[in-house]
Amino acid sequence: MLSPAEADALFLSLSVAARSVAFNLPFAVLVAWLLTRTRFTGRTLFDAFVHLPLVLPPVVVGYLLLVLFGIRGPLGGWLHENFGIQLAFTTTGAALATAVMSFPLVVRSIRISLETVDRGLEDAARTLGAGPVDRFFSITLPLIAPGILAGAVTAFAAGLGEFGAVITFASNIPGETRTLPLALYTALQTPDGDSLAARLALISFTLGLTGLLASEFLARHLRRRLGRA
Amino acid sequence: MLTVKLTKRRGDFTLDMEFEAPTPGVTALFGRSGCGKSTAISLIAGLLSPDAGHVQVDEDVLLDTQRGIDVDARHRRIGVVFQEARLFPHLDARGNLEYGLKRLPRGAAQPIRFDDVVQLLGLDVLLSRRPHELSGGEKQRVALGRALLRQPRLLLLDEPLASLDAARREEVLPWLERLRDSLAIPVIYVSHQFDEVLRLATRVVLLDDGKAVAQGDIATVSRHPALRAIVGPDAVGAVVSGVVERVDGTGLAQLRIGDALLHVEHDAAAAGQRIQIQVLARDVILATESPHALSVRNVVPARVVSITPDVGRAVLVELDIGRTSTLLARITAGAAQELSLTEGMQVWALIKAVSLRGHVFSVPAR
Repeated sequence: MLSPAEADALFLSLSVAARSVAFNLPFAVLVAWLLTRTRFTGRTLFDAFVHLPLVLPPVVVGYLLLVLFGIRGPLGGWLHENFGIQLAFTTTGAALATAVMSFPLVVRSIRISLETVDRGLEDAARTLGAGPVDRFFSITLPLIAPGILAGAVTAFAAGLGEFGAVITFASNIPGETRTLPLALYTALQTPDGDSLAARLALISFTLGLTGLLASEFLARHLRRRLGRA
Repeated sequence: MLTVKLTKRRGDFTLDMEFEAPTPGVTALFGRSGCGKSTAISLIAGLLSPDAGHVQVDEDVLLDTQRGIDVDARHRRIGVVFQEARLFPHLDARGNLEYGLKRLPRGAAQPIRFDDVVQLLGLDVLLSRRPHELSGGEKQRVALGRALLRQPRLLLLDEPLASLDAARREEVLPWLERLRDSLAIPVIYVSHQFDEVLRLATRVVLLDDGKAVAQGDIATVSRHPALRAIVGPDAVGAVVSGVVERVDGTGLAQLRIGDALLHVEHDAAAAGQRIQIQVLARDVILATESPHALSVRNVVPARVVSITPDVGRAVLVELDIGRTSTLLARITAGAAQELSLTEGMQVWALIKAVSLRGHVFSVPAR
């Protein structure tokens, strides 16, 4: 049904998107928590910084990642020397670029659900003997689970299609960083690539629709469990 | 003994109160909304920090700002039931009940057992339900159980019935009475409904504008001028207690109060039982001669203690009915003048038995 190149691109896209979500979630929960529950100087600037990927051209994000995480960049050089990890021009790098791009979406989704959590429940947990970390994991986290899930699904769906940042930071290597949109772009550059491009577009379309439906279904299920249906 | 001394400024509201409560025993914090009741509860529970204060339960000092002691709320072992239940929506009733139980220090004594609480509060059929499947009254029962299973040294009930309608309130009150009579945990009961206070508490602390303006047993506080200001003129009435001497078949009980024998409507009374009644000041009629040929069941000889101006053109007459029992009567200033009422004068207080309906409460065992 799928040619090896198509299967590669599909599998890579899924893998990159999944890994980008895994990168994202812990940091996004932390940043959302900092932005809703704490007051510190420079908070507004920090907030703006977190949202930058939404307004910057993706190519700029890819370029900045190259500067920072390229093999001669300050962070990339350090990672390479100490751990032998290379990010630029690798699948992991593609996932990192995708994660940075979708980070603001995830933070926003988690932040909205954090703001609706009744702080009185955390107070109640405190009188019942729960410390701050315990309260977070036993009360706050389950209550914001729908928001985290919604953010994760959105980030996953958006990550399937990330183009600019990936091609700039991770390049367009078949089987390594050539995800669906990159494969589609390559097909369009190739003579006789039209039918391949159409097939890839259809795959993207199906994936996106499935993702959105699955997210709606899951969110409904979670809301029902929390009695907010 | 629970001793509380707290100062806290919040905007232009200042809470500055000091009160004591017996342990065990049920003490009501009574006052209008906005008088600082809930703030006081948060401060005692340790959810808010005071500007200065001292909180001590028996030997244990939980807060002493002078000595730098401020035990965190989670280590205070104070059970709190909030107005809105605050059950955890992602846990079923059992999960909620066990939340505090699971977080007890290792090896901590557990005199209050899960099964006992479930039985005491009738929770067995609710255990597997989630909070959104519970009625308001059921939620508060679960919240009560959850607080009890924390093995608290003190229980704070912050208007647990205020968000319930009258029918649900009547559904929860008996459980609260059961709890009071079967457990030796001191309770602070916050309320702005005086009938709840009468039903549950033995001691009352009156709060007004952030201050404890009066405190004492119910009979004393029921005659305090500050209470009149809070409950409004129509709800003013002395609380007196007495022993049921006889119950006749018609639902009337004879109650020995002071030197008098009072007839009250009370179906549930048994001879020998101690009950208290609130006699509303507006329901008491005064006569200067012993009246006869009247439908009124209760004619109580009394002596005028004081006559003070009350709302409008009325005066409030304080009456000694013997054995340190006191009644209040509201009459018009004109009537007082016509009868030439003076302090020390012998009068008769007339109280219709039916007017006492709904104002009869059993006296807590403690």
